Order: sequence, then structure tokens, then C-alpha cells
Amino acid sequence: MQPMLKTATNIFLLCLIALSGRANAALEIEIVGGAAQQIPIAVVPFAQPAVQPDNLATIINSDLRRSGLFRALETRGVSNQPHDLAEVKYPEWAALQAQALVVGHVELQPNNRLKVSFRLLDVLKQTSLAGLEYDITPTQLRGTAHKIADVIYEKMTGEKGVFDTRISYIIKQGNRFQLQVADADGANPQTVLSSVEPIISPAWSPEGTRLAYVSFEKKKPVIFVQSLVTGQRQVLANFKGNNSAPSWSPDGMRLAIVLTYAANSQIYLINSDGTGLQQLSHSSGIDTEPRWSPDGKWLYFTSDRGGSPQIYRMSTLGGDAQRVTFEGSYNVSARPSPDGKLLTYIRREAGSFRVAQQELASGQVQLLSETTQDESPSFAPNGRMILYATNSNGRGVLAIVSADGRTKQRLSEAGGDVREPAWGPWIK
Amino acid sequence: MNKSLVMSVILVSLLAACSAKPVKEEPKAAVEDKSSVVQAAPAAATTTDASAAPAVQSSSVANPLTDPNNILSKRNVFFDYDKDEVKAEYRPLVEAHAKYLVANPNAHVAVQGNTDDRGSREYNLALGQRRAVAVKKVLNVYGANDKQIETVSYGKEKPRCVEANETCWAQNRRADLVYSGE
Repeated sequence: MQPMLKTATNIFLLCLIALSGRANAALEIEIVGGAAQQIPIAVVPFAQPAVQPDNLATIINSDLRRSGLFRALETRGVSNQPHDLAEVKYPEWAALQAQALVVGHVELQPNNRLKVSFRLLDVLKQTSLAGLEYDITPTQLRGTAHKIADVIYEKMTGEKGVFDTRISYIIKQGNRFQLQVADADGANPQTVLSSVEPIISPAWSPEGTRLAYVSFEKKKPVIFVQSLVTGQRQVLANFKGNNSAPSWSPDGMRLAIVLTYAANSQIYLINSDGTGLQQLSHSSGIDTEPRWSPDGKWLYFTSDRGGSPQIYRMSTLGGDAQRVTFEGSYNVSARPSPDGKLLTYIRREAGSFRVAQQELASGQVQLLSETTQDESPSFAPNGRMILYATNSNGRGVLAIVSADGRTKQRLSEAGGDVREPAWGPWIK
Repeated sequence: MNKSLVMSVILVSLLAACSAKPVKEEPKAAVEDKSSVVQAAPAAATTTDASAAPAVQSSSVANPLTDPNNILSKRNVFFDYDKDEVKAEYRPLVEAHAKYLVANPNAHVAVQGNTDDRGSREYNLALGQRRAVAVKKVLNVYGANDKQIETVSYGKEKPRCVEANETCWAQNRRADLVYSGE
């Protein structure tokens, strides 16, 4: 498409949003709790051009705090505010009891690009732990802050960070449903699909460039796959009856889906181009919500074949199913962790629906959430946090709980019902 | 800088851009051209507005499906919590629809299952489906042909009532019979 036309129509679309009075505001975050041992870190405000709305240090601090593993120290009391290594006077930061110090700056380049530099320093050893430079466009500033936070997180905890990832969710406002994708902190929301009919069950492709979802726009549930790059969408499955619960195989070549083609909900496999349909489960009950294990060998799914909904697993080659959950009378919406060792799901207990986490090897179960109407849990790509939907004062909100249950966040949007979250993968 | 200030500055400039459009370019027409909207915004797509109800034919002969004195005008079958059994009180209603389908081989009916809003969306979608299938099986018992029936589920996505109490939940545990063209 011609760039001019593209820009013009983009402006036009933005006008629609503006005129309809639905501000595309970002989700707001509240954080509660934190890990028992938090790393005290001082992130000095970056030296950067005054026109930029957010200081990178603010975004980095907010990311680190959300993980629950860091305690961001107030740096304003320190008289010397360094922006690169040469300006650092370590004793001042040791006095603040900082374990780590982050300094950096942003320079405007002649070609209108920005050069971002930062250093992560060990205050006690007085050594540099990391130092990187990024050559970016002004619109990549927030993303770069998330990348820097990921570097800090990895250096300090030994695990990869998830700040530079995205989440998807559905917002219902009035009678309109919007499938949105935003940064993991809720900023920068983009509408992928807008409809007057319900949208449910968005699922990220493993490479993070496509979403499969269920739309009711044809007056029944039909599965679509939409590119997040081109915006093009195509029907993946529109068979007689319901088409729902898409889940991508780890190689992105196939999806497990649920059809009611024959009668009750059963699990099928289908190629990502909509060919090669093959029935996998054969039960007289409900089989739904399939999720691939990270090694691609198993599907975890919900079935009521034993009388109440429980989690089972079966080989992706077919065959018999094995029951996975044994406690409680209602266990649904299972998702394996990225390392395949844990399973998160929703358990109903005493009328409350809560996020549970089960260690697959031992079968040990822990209830993680204190909320009561939880749905749709999904792991962050590093397995350290679980994103889910819940209810607050009659409104749908998103919540995040750390896998150890100690740190909790809530993401909400004023005037909207937020539901069906899914945490996207790392993008290479 | 204040974020909401930035937002309002952007909005103001966008609105200015909107109002500066030539009059002949009516925004509304462009909205309905969904193919151009999809193409225009690589990152977003829009579905058609399906909220407009199809016009109901009004002829001099009363349509048995809409005649309030005819049992065929009754379309709702209600269920108990977590159950898909068609209760005895709804059997005559389903039987009447089965006989209508037998007498009108060109008629097609969608049986739409619904659930209350507690629990997993996908599991509820499957439960709603099972309710729809339960109604279909009764239709079959009275001779209706599978080719005239499609069972679908809305799960908990289209609640008739949105309060969190049993009266409301009971209204949502329901299968509806909707004929094609309605």
C-alpha cells in the first residue's frame, strides 16, 4: 500500500476512536506485596532531552518493582547524579545501601534517531555488570526501557526478564468487544479487532506474530487467525456447530481446537492453514480447553468424563487420557509452565474460583490467588508470574500473581470490562 | 510531562484532522466499507455490525412461529445448574417444534445453548453446547431431521440477565430455538 494512503487511513481510524468517545487509555497497575528478599537498586534518572514524556529510569523502576524482586531506592537525596561510568562516586551509593546502581543517558543524533546508553554497576565490588548502547527511533524509547530492565533483571536474578513482552486481552465497553495487544505493563495498547459480537480465547502463536481467537461475528463461535504484522485475518475453522479453544503447537505448524461437529465438544488437530483436520479425543463427555506441553508431546485439557470437570492429559498422537487433577470437584483452564514442570489452572472451592498451581512431578497443589472469580490463567514466558482475569466490584480486571504467590498486581481500565488475558512469548 | 495532557493534545489534533476532511468524504460510508478498513490499518480489523435485527414478515395469515397463542412462539428451554436434562415441563414445547420441522422440511432451526456466568468461558461454551444437543435429541425423538437442526452454544457470552443472583443465573441457563431468517 502507498505510504500516504496508509497514513491517511490510519489517521481516519484514530478519528473514529476519538469521535466515538472511547479513549484508548492504558491499563492502570496496582502492586501489592513482594518477595521476602528484595534487591535494593538505585536507578538514577537518565540524562535525556526534556521533550520526552517519560524518563527511562521511571519505566525501568516500575518494571523492576512489578517483578516483586527489587526495591527501587529514592535517588533524589544524592547530590551527585551520574549519567555515565566516569561520574559515579561509589561511596555515595554504598551509603544509600544500594546493591546495584543504574546510570544512563539519551542523546539526540543528527538523523533524528536516539542513542541510549546505560551501565549496571555492582556498588560493593565497584565493577560494571553490564553496559549497552541502543540506536533507536523516538517511538522505541519505552521498548528500550523494557529491554534495559530485562538486562538488569537477568544480571541480578540469573533469569530472563519478561518486561519487553506483550499481553493480549479483550475489553468489553458497552456492547463493543475489542481484542487488544499491549506491552506487558499495559502501556501502548493496540486494537487488533473490534466487534459487536463476543470475542474469546485469544492464543499467541509461538513466534508472537499471530493470534488465534474465537469470534461470534457469524452468530456462532468460529476460529480466526490474524497476523499482528499485516492485520490480515482468515478463518481457521468454521465447521457445523461450535469452533473454539484454539491452542498452538510449540512449532506453530498446528493447532489443537475444539469442535462440536459430531455432538459434544471434542478435541481436534488442524494445520495452521486450516487443512488436515483430524479428531484426537473420543469421549462421550465434554473435552475442551486443550493446551500443548512445551515439548509438543502432550495436550492438557478439561474433561467431565469422570462426572465433574477435571484436567486430563493425552498424547498428541492420540490414545487414552490420564487424569491429572484429583482434589476438588471443578478444575478447569489448565496451562503448563514454559519449562513443563508446573500446571496452572482454575479451581472452584467453596463457591470461589481461584488460581491454582500444581507441581506435575509431585502432584502438590498450591492456591495462589486470594480473589474469588478467577479465569484464564497464563504463565509469563519465564514462568515467574501468572496473568489471569478476575472481578473487582462487578467489573472484569486483569491480575498478576508471582509463581511464589507473594507479589500481586492488578491491571484495570476505567469504564471497561477486561477479560481473557494471554501472555505473549518472547520475540526473537 | 503529564500523560493525560499528551493524550488530550493528541486527541485535539486528531479531531482537528477529522473535521478538516472534505465534506464529501463521509466517515460513515467509509466505516461500512469494511474491506478498506481492514486493509487500511494493518494492525486492526473490524467486523460488521450485526446488531440490526432482520425484518419480520407481517402477512395477513398469522405466522405460527410468532403467533403468541401458538406454543411455537415459545422458544426457551430452561435448565438446572450444571445440568443438561430437558425437564418434563418443556417437552410439549420441544415436541411442537419437532412437528413443525417435520411438516416444514425447508425450515431450519438453530438450537442455541447458554449458561450462567460462573466458571471457565470455554467449559461453559461446551456446557451450553450440551444443552443444545439435549434439546436436539428431543427434537429427533419426535421425528425432526438432523439436517434441519444446527446446535450452537453462546456459553456465558450472551447473558440475558447480568446480576449475580440465582434468579438471574436461572434465566441464563437456557437453550433458545431460532429459525433461519428470524
